[in-house]
Amino acid sequence: MSDSARDVFIVNESRRRFLEGMGGLALAIYAGAARADKGWAALGKADTKAIAPASFEPNAFVRIASDNTVTVVSKHLEMGQGTYTGLATLLAEELDADWDQVRVEGAPADVARYKNTLLGLQATGGSTAMANSYEQMRSAGAVARAMLVAAAAQEWKVSADSIAVDRGWLYAKGHKASFGQLAAKAAQQPVPNNVALKNPKDFKLIGKSELHRKDYADKTDGTAVFTQDYKLPHMLVAVVAHPKRFGAVPKTVNADKARAVPNVAAVVQFSGDNRTRFSGIAVLARNTWAARSGRDALEIDWDESQAFKLGSAEILAQYKDMAGRAGLVACKEGDTEAAFAARHARLIEAEYELPYLAHAPMEPMNCLVQLREGGCEIWNGEQFQTGDQNAIAAMLKVPANNVALHQLYAGGSFGRRANPSSDYLLEAVSIALAAWDKGVRAPIKLMWTREEDTRGGYYRPAFYHKAKLALDGDGKLVAWQHHVVAQSIIKGTPFESFAIKNGIDGLSVEGLADMAYEVPNLRVELSTPDNIRVPVLSWRSVGHSSNAFVSEGLVDEAAAAAGKDPYQYRRDMLSKAPRLKGVLELAATKAGWGQPLKPGAAGEKRGRGIAVHEAFNTYVAQLAEVTVKSDGSFKVDRVVCAVDCGLAINPDVIVAQMQGGIGFGLAAALHGAITLKDGVVEQSNFHEYIPLRINEMPVVDVHIVPSAEKPTGVGETAVPLIAPAVVNALYNATGKRIRKLPIANQLSA
Amino acid sequence: MIQLSINGKVHSYDDVDPSMPLLWFLRDIANLTGAKYGCGMALCGACTVHLDGQAVRSCVMPVAAAVGKKVTTVEGVVDDDVGHAVQAAWQKLDVVQCGYCQPGQIMSATALLHTNKNPSDAAIDAAMAGNVCRCGTYMRIRAAIHEAANTLSARGRS
Amino acid sequence: MKIRRFVLTASAALIAAAAAFTTYALLTVGDGRETNAPQPAAAGAPASITDSLVRGEYLARAADCIACHTVSGQKPFSGGVAFTMPFGTIYSSNITADKETGIGAWSDDDFVRALHAGVGKNGEPLYPAFPYTSYTALSREDILAIKAYLFSVPVVHAPAKANELSFPFNQRWGLSYWNALFLSKQRFQSAQAKSAAWNRGAYLATALGHCNECHTPRNILYALKHGRELAGEILQGWKAYNITSDKIYGIGSWTDQQLSDYLGNGHATGRGTASGPMGEVVENSLQYLTQEDIAALVTYLRDVKPQQGEPGNELNDRPPRALASTADTPGAGEMAQADLGLQLFEGACAGCHLWNGQGRQNEAAALLGTQAVSDSEAYNLTQVILQGSQLQTAHGEGFMPSFGRAYSDAEVAALGNFVLAHFGGKQGKLTAEDIAKRRAP
Repeated sequence: MSDSARDVFIVNESRRRFLEGMGGLALAIYAGAARADKGWAALGKADTKAIAPASFEPNAFVRIASDNTVTVVSKHLEMGQGTYTGLATLLAEELDADWDQVRVEGAPADVARYKNTLLGLQATGGSTAMANSYEQMRSAGAVARAMLVAAAAQEWKVSADSIAVDRGWLYAKGHKASFGQLAAKAAQQPVPNNVALKNPKDFKLIGKSELHRKDYADKTDGTAVFTQDYKLPHMLVAVVAHPKRFGAVPKTVNADKARAVPNVAAVVQFSGDNRTRFSGIAVLARNTWAARSGRDALEIDWDESQAFKLGSAEILAQYKDMAGRAGLVACKEGDTEAAFAARHARLIEAEYELPYLAHAPMEPMNCLVQLREGGCEIWNGEQFQTGDQNAIAAMLKVPANNVALHQLYAGGSFGRRANPSSDYLLEAVSIALAAWDKGVRAPIKLMWTREEDTRGGYYRPAFYHKAKLALDGDGKLVAWQHHVVAQSIIKGTPFESFAIKNGIDGLSVEGLADMAYEVPNLRVELSTPDNIRVPVLSWRSVGHSSNAFVSEGLVDEAAAAAGKDPYQYRRDMLSKAPRLKGVLELAATKAGWGQPLKPGAAGEKRGRGIAVHEAFNTYVAQLAEVTVKSDGSFKVDRVVCAVDCGLAINPDVIVAQMQGGIGFGLAAALHGAITLKDGVVEQSNFHEYIPLRINEMPVVDVHIVPSAEKPTGVGETAVPLIAPAVVNALYNATGKRIRKLPIANQLSA
Repeated sequence: MIQLSINGKVHSYDDVDPSMPLLWFLRDIANLTGAKYGCGMALCGACTVHLDGQAVRSCVMPVAAAVGKKVTTVEGVVDDDVGHAVQAAWQKLDVVQCGYCQPGQIMSATALLHTNKNPSDAAIDAAMAGNVCRCGTYMRIRAAIHEAANTLSARGRS
Repeated sequence: MKIRRFVLTASAALIAAAAAFTTYALLTVGDGRETNAPQPAAAGAPASITDSLVRGEYLARAADCIACHTVSGQKPFSGGVAFTMPFGTIYSSNITADKETGIGAWSDDDFVRALHAGVGKNGEPLYPAFPYTSYTALSREDILAIKAYLFSVPVVHAPAKANELSFPFNQRWGLSYWNALFLSKQRFQSAQAKSAAWNRGAYLATALGHCNECHTPRNILYALKHGRELAGEILQGWKAYNITSDKIYGIGSWTDQQLSDYLGNGHATGRGTASGPMGEVVENSLQYLTQEDIAALVTYLRDVKPQQGEPGNELNDRPPRALASTADTPGAGEMAQADLGLQLFEGACAGCHLWNGQGRQNEAAALLGTQAVSDSEAYNLTQVILQGSQLQTAHGEGFMPSFGRAYSDAEVAALGNFVLAHFGGKQGKLTAEDIAKRRAP
């Protein structure tokens, strides 16, 4: 091979052996090798966190080293939601470890060992991490503890019953040993099948607010490693040119100026699914700036003959039209036709509109690929291991096990990195394949700019709702007819059958079709367009992000029409949903709903609004207080949030997720919109896709319902409530009802 | 050939494109990946570092403009009393979620506390509005800045 | 009858005058031949440039042909730029040497006549969006150097876009009357009493750079107001400021350094950054002038008769709110009053511009001391908020994103009023309607 080709090979024998198929054992070796990455060390960074070889590894989730380090292997992605901390808490609790001796690392892709038991594949999503891991991680810790105890019993010749374990130490009369000291011996013990778990009243870590997050140190000293940071020797950075319109492909490319930029190594064209926006050109260079400069110097003519060319206005017009015709029935209770035909005291007819939303995590999409003969390695903030592994394996025509995915932190995701279409990964692999054909064997890091990320599609779909509600003489809701129009986020992907039954994508109607309110006659229909080729994806809280806004807005409209207090009105319809009623009452009580709202300054109007909603088995209520100025500008002053997520594993993480979810949801409520004109996405960066900034963040008081129920998730569940709570508060303050998001300047325009 | 002082040490670099933004220089050439790329247009603050103690957006600052000045990144900010107090407060209150924006937040907060020993909530908002956090951990950022301010004043720092 | 005779006499006089005038107008069309006129000392390219095509390029840059004859992203000099006037839209022509769609078939005399007399190859009058009223002062030698340069650039086949003018403005012959009234076909004459630098500056400003065409107010017939040179004018939503030597309303209190920095680099410390159309002038034209030529321009500008401006637009160099602010925060009083404008500035602007207006890390972002925040009508401030600003010279690049699409008229008005108050010490009166009009000037 030529000198230049040899130059770009990675030198790391341990990984090559992995791909030669050493099976499960390789995982253990591999896990150690990944951490002592020679490539990383070769960049001059002192490996101050060198980990001693694993001495004791009783199961897929924990390793204990002779230096007393307990490593918890997290099958879930840490993208800010605190999952590393939560999973470590569960395991460390039953292990009786000292919190400070525990560290966490991400699991490799291995669906047999690391699948999400609620989703059936290895993935992080649906706020299921704690729910699906609660017993699994506890058992893993309990098993390890039992084996340590058995080792001590053997060593000290005492009965297992006489041994106490506390904060990383084992004790018996006259004896004492640390986990590290007993690790090697514990490894020789048989793995027990059934180990009893603790009684929750004995919990020392679970339920404690004082536990610090496991990632609080490296994320504050600059050493936390995101995909954006990870490097391998001879790595090339790929910055891509995408077409403006989804479905366009390159027609003519002049890369002369791009190639002339110093440090540019190659320019390649990649193609993919022409249905979306997959085709483009990548400039590969030895550093990011050179790659970007090269990309900016490309001269490309695009063939847009097959490109999607509609704009937001046309899409909305089409959706309105579709809502006027029959859709597929997602829910039918009672007889809405008869109910509407009968006499009713009040009728509410409303249309609600929600725009496309970008995820816009702070870390734009990226991933690092190293192709090899027979497989590849990927470094990524992996949110969808099984799907990605399979998709890449299919593209490379190799067995799935030959696609190794190394888990890193993700700088936010909000669902973007869990794409059933595996888009950005397949793009990176396509680029690597095209480069391979040109003799480029280096590891390649695909890095999207913020513009590519904002315009790259895979948005929360735009939603159009048409609803009709009927109230009786007492103001009670007696009939609710609802038509939802939205693209399906799962149709056409390998995971269609998960959510689509009888042609209905359940994700588009969740929160509506299964609403908790007792409405005797309820009919929810869904129309799903198949000609709108804007790529769409699950966005934090998925269908709830749209449907809670609409349902909580409509219930509020009904309460107002009935002349009833919006809190009592909801409460009266939740007799069959005690946990939902519980959070509603808690929020209202803590917010002082019964007392008058403190008035604002002269010329200011104040208002408060409520929303309550269940998503992913977690119950949340939020009460927002706003101040509206005479020029129509407003501020959300305070949000009181009550949450029932079953047993609270890490109360401080729950509080943080409620606060953060509100911040994230508020950004969308106030500003968030992706709009298209003639098929071109109009927003490109944060000056037009406007984020929430600190000056807009309200004070958030969080109250957790004490519960012994099974734990459920909090990663997404605060998000859907804030938009309706704020809109209801604005109605309370001004009498103006907002049925379209984002709120933006609707009050001041 | 350029010389840069980064976190108190002077480094020499060959063959550097002087128009390369300081951010990419720090990340790709100097191997300090604490400062992050979030937007490339000085709209999000993730790239914030200090130049002679002033908070700057390194994504739009050509590396040539940093020659002859002192660059401080999050990796070195703890060498300073204020930076150390800020980092400790960030850890005490578990401010971080995904953590990607936090180096920039810490650098901006440190610069603020250097000039404003006891900022009000409104002053914090005014000073920190340029640093975006998509995870929404703003409440804790405010609280941590107050915490750091209290720590510093308790130490009797004049 | 006395009245009848009076009417007859008056009519006859009127008709005679009209006939005479028409004759004069028609006779003076196409007057461009002075093949023996000497090259003024103030004319030409700098002596340090010896290559004739490079000399032509220098002069073409000084005359800024490229700006009006090139649509952004299209081939240079291929025409098609739209000029939206009160009376319709006209498009600039292709001035590459294409024989069919450009000036490839034009003789030297044809080209000189176009610049001196505003007449095309076939004798048709040209619309004065083409600044022949200034170019008429150019020497023949300079015009031909420019022509030679234009003939050396890549030929582009680009047919002219049809003008969209309503009657009577689409009647070209009417321009003969306009020219008769307003076109003074004089070549540049050096002022004997002035220095060589002054004369060079005058040639650069009035003939080549045609500063008057933007900076001098126009009358109702769209002609430059004689006697009010460089007193300022509003066009296409931007205000071309008063750049006379007036100390309060013009550039009289600028230092020489500030003037030459602004002209040569597009930015002057304490004075601001060239944006919009003037930013393009710096990028396309002024940044290529030699230091001597910039100095000559400064010499000339310092001597332009001072013209008073509108009261209320004076620079306030001690705006109280900006002075009460630190880089990080506004004054406590202002924070307590936080209105929509402040909140918008806080989120979208303070990060780069800083509360004290000094600009974070880049002087180009400094707001304090700029004309934009002093103009109480906030024309340029509005446009910069709506469109953003970009300047690329040899000294680097300055870039500000546009905010027009993401923010409503009411929001932009509130923000503009905040900026005027905080940095200019002025009471802003922008309304949403003002912004709506300025979005599509």
